[in-house]
Amino acid sequence: MTPFSFEWEWDIGHIIFFGFLYLCLTVIGLGLSWAGIKTVLQLLGLLWEKDLEED
Amino acid sequence: MESALFPEGVTRCSAKKFFLWTLPWLLILAWGGVSAVLCLWKALNQTNMSNIFAFALWIVFDLGLIALGAGAFFTGFLTYIIGKKELRDILNAAVIIGFICYSGAMAILGIDIGQPLRGWFIFWHANIHSMLVEVSFCITCYLIVLSIEFLPIILENRKLEEIKPIRLFGRNLHAIMAVFAATGTFLSFFHQGSLGGMFGVMYARPFAARGGFYIWPWTFFLFILSAIAAGPCFTILIVKIAEKLTKKKLVSDNTVQFLARLSGFLLATYLILKIADTIGWINGEAHRAGLRFMDFYKEGPYGVWLPIAEIGICGILPAIMLLIPKLRKQTKWLIIACLLNCTGIILNRFSFIIVTLAIPVLPFERFWSYLPTWQEWGVALASIAYGVLLFSVAYRYLPVFPKERELNPIS
Amino acid sequence: MKEKHEKPLHRYGMVIDLDKCTGCGACVVACAAENNVSVRPDESDKKRFISWMQLYVIKNGKEYPEAEVCYIPRPCMHCEEDGHGNPHPPCVTVCVATATRVDINTGIVSQIPTRCIGCRYCQAACPYHARYFNWWDAYFPKGKGLERYLSPEISVRMRGVVEKCTFCHHRYMRAKRKAQAEGRKEIREDEYIPACAEACPAGAITFGDLNNPKHKVSQLIKSPRAFRLLERLNTKPKVYYLSSKEWVRRMADNYLPEELKPLT
Repeated sequence: MTPFSFEWEWDIGHIIFFGFLYLCLTVIGLGLSWAGIKTVLQLLGLLWEKDLEED
Repeated sequence: MESALFPEGVTRCSAKKFFLWTLPWLLILAWGGVSAVLCLWKALNQTNMSNIFAFALWIVFDLGLIALGAGAFFTGFLTYIIGKKELRDILNAAVIIGFICYSGAMAILGIDIGQPLRGWFIFWHANIHSMLVEVSFCITCYLIVLSIEFLPIILENRKLEEIKPIRLFGRNLHAIMAVFAATGTFLSFFHQGSLGGMFGVMYARPFAARGGFYIWPWTFFLFILSAIAAGPCFTILIVKIAEKLTKKKLVSDNTVQFLARLSGFLLATYLILKIADTIGWINGEAHRAGLRFMDFYKEGPYGVWLPIAEIGICGILPAIMLLIPKLRKQTKWLIIACLLNCTGIILNRFSFIIVTLAIPVLPFERFWSYLPTWQEWGVALASIAYGVLLFSVAYRYLPVFPKERELNPIS
Repeated sequence: MKEKHEKPLHRYGMVIDLDKCTGCGACVVACAAENNVSVRPDESDKKRFISWMQLYVIKNGKEYPEAEVCYIPRPCMHCEEDGHGNPHPPCVTVCVATATRVDINTGIVSQIPTRCIGCRYCQAACPYHARYFNWWDAYFPKGKGLERYLSPEISVRMRGVVEKCTFCHHRYMRAKRKAQAEGRKEIREDEYIPACAEACPAGAITFGDLNNPKHKVSQLIKSPRAFRLLERLNTKPKVYYLSSKEWVRRMADNYLPEELKPLT
């Protein structure tokens, strides 16, 4: 599952498969973090609060 | 006061009426709960699954739910990536339906595997060459994406929105929704395909085995295409049922017509490729294994009516109906076409799961029959009940349909 | 993309002479006893019982005096390919938790019951129905005597996991340990025999290394009577059958009508 666990092999299958998995999880994590950090900064008044209109 | 929780500018039925509506679904959910407890406590002999029918009703429900839930990712893809802004009317509903379908499927799977507590082994001891591992990883990630897409809708509840941090977080999430939609599209493409790939790679099972491109059997691509053909139709169906029950117009006709026409086109494309694949399989994999087309359709109830229903009545017919504007614009024919389309996709999943296993490969193996037990029905129908309940609660308290206020002005 | 075939050291296989098999079932019983296979209080449910070695009976469909019967003991085939040219059985590629592996040194397809999550995908992939799922917990109630035949060399499987014939892999380990203790690398033909082959009173089951030209099995598979089940699927099973009866060989596979000449 991870490069540090038993049965991990540095072959093309593992690299592609887990590469994409970690990429997806990273994108999701970064997205959530970005929204969270932006919210905190807006609450602290450090960021401009744009009124987001539905278009 | 409960009405303070309702979205602004819309009416909802009384709490008593709503409670009465939820009662039958809660009962089914309870039936499912009892069934699940029995299966976990007493083991899977509570079902009628056997060494022949290793996959049965629950897997049919799983694959069916996931295929019908494809409306979520496809609508998201069309809205955020292609830029079809008019689909925003129906996007929230599609996301909720998708969330229901995927979480329901995961719940059924938790009971289906022989050792639910070892479910995490799929991730920890992953066999990357297995299509089912690909499916599991993608579905898990996609359920996370769906939850994130569902979250802003929940946070838009009138009372929750009054809390500033919640309002800000919801809006910030909404602003980057395209990122999640793109991730969801990527994940969905692969798991919808891998669900088809699961059967295509069973090279020792002549009914399911297919040739393909590189490591991907043709069923991989056919399952994706059929899912995006049926998913939007399922979304339209649920919306139409909701409109009927609430006696309101919830989504503008343009949106519905766009999705319906697109579904028709995708279904027609899918059917051409499916028929070509079937002919190729008969003359290829089936003949090489020494079997003819009718050899697969002569046992038990699994007769030739299955492919006729799947491709003909529930395939070609709804495709034609959805492509003819005069029919598509009439609600009655639209609903029938959507129903037939969704049924066709379920029949397709059913064929690959059940008929593959039902028809013996060894000439001296006998045919065994299978009918689900009440415990199996309980768990399976509970997913439907859960879906109805969740959608009902979401509709009642959340702004699921952005155009609802505009389409139903309160005089 | 086809994976590369590695050259295996040994390829353990079996030859079952159907002309000698009387259908007595001693192989079935010996297998169950050797491998701690659980039985049910009511064994009549043949869809959900466990029988690593399963006995089939086939008939030629003719009336007396031409009526003939043949018994086919069917263990796990320990397939070499998946039907598409890849060097592993159909069940190994599909396992989600890597709970079934093919040992490159012996060609034996093993099962890791403690890792199996019970998804049953391998059962779906196997055309020989050689895999069995534990629909119940193992039934070894105290005081009824069933627990007395339990062998410590092989684990008892709990509910919710798949099991199958392992060519008595624990006997292979036993033979290897004995050879190591005696300072040998190779084990002899008679040192590693599965329980079914050992128990057969008619001597119908022969077991050995198909790679070793000195082992009986590698000579027997060259016989004109030799055939395998479902050869057309290209799973390359390592269990061969011998029969002098054409009608028996015909029942081993599927044929299109135009492919078969009428039986004389």
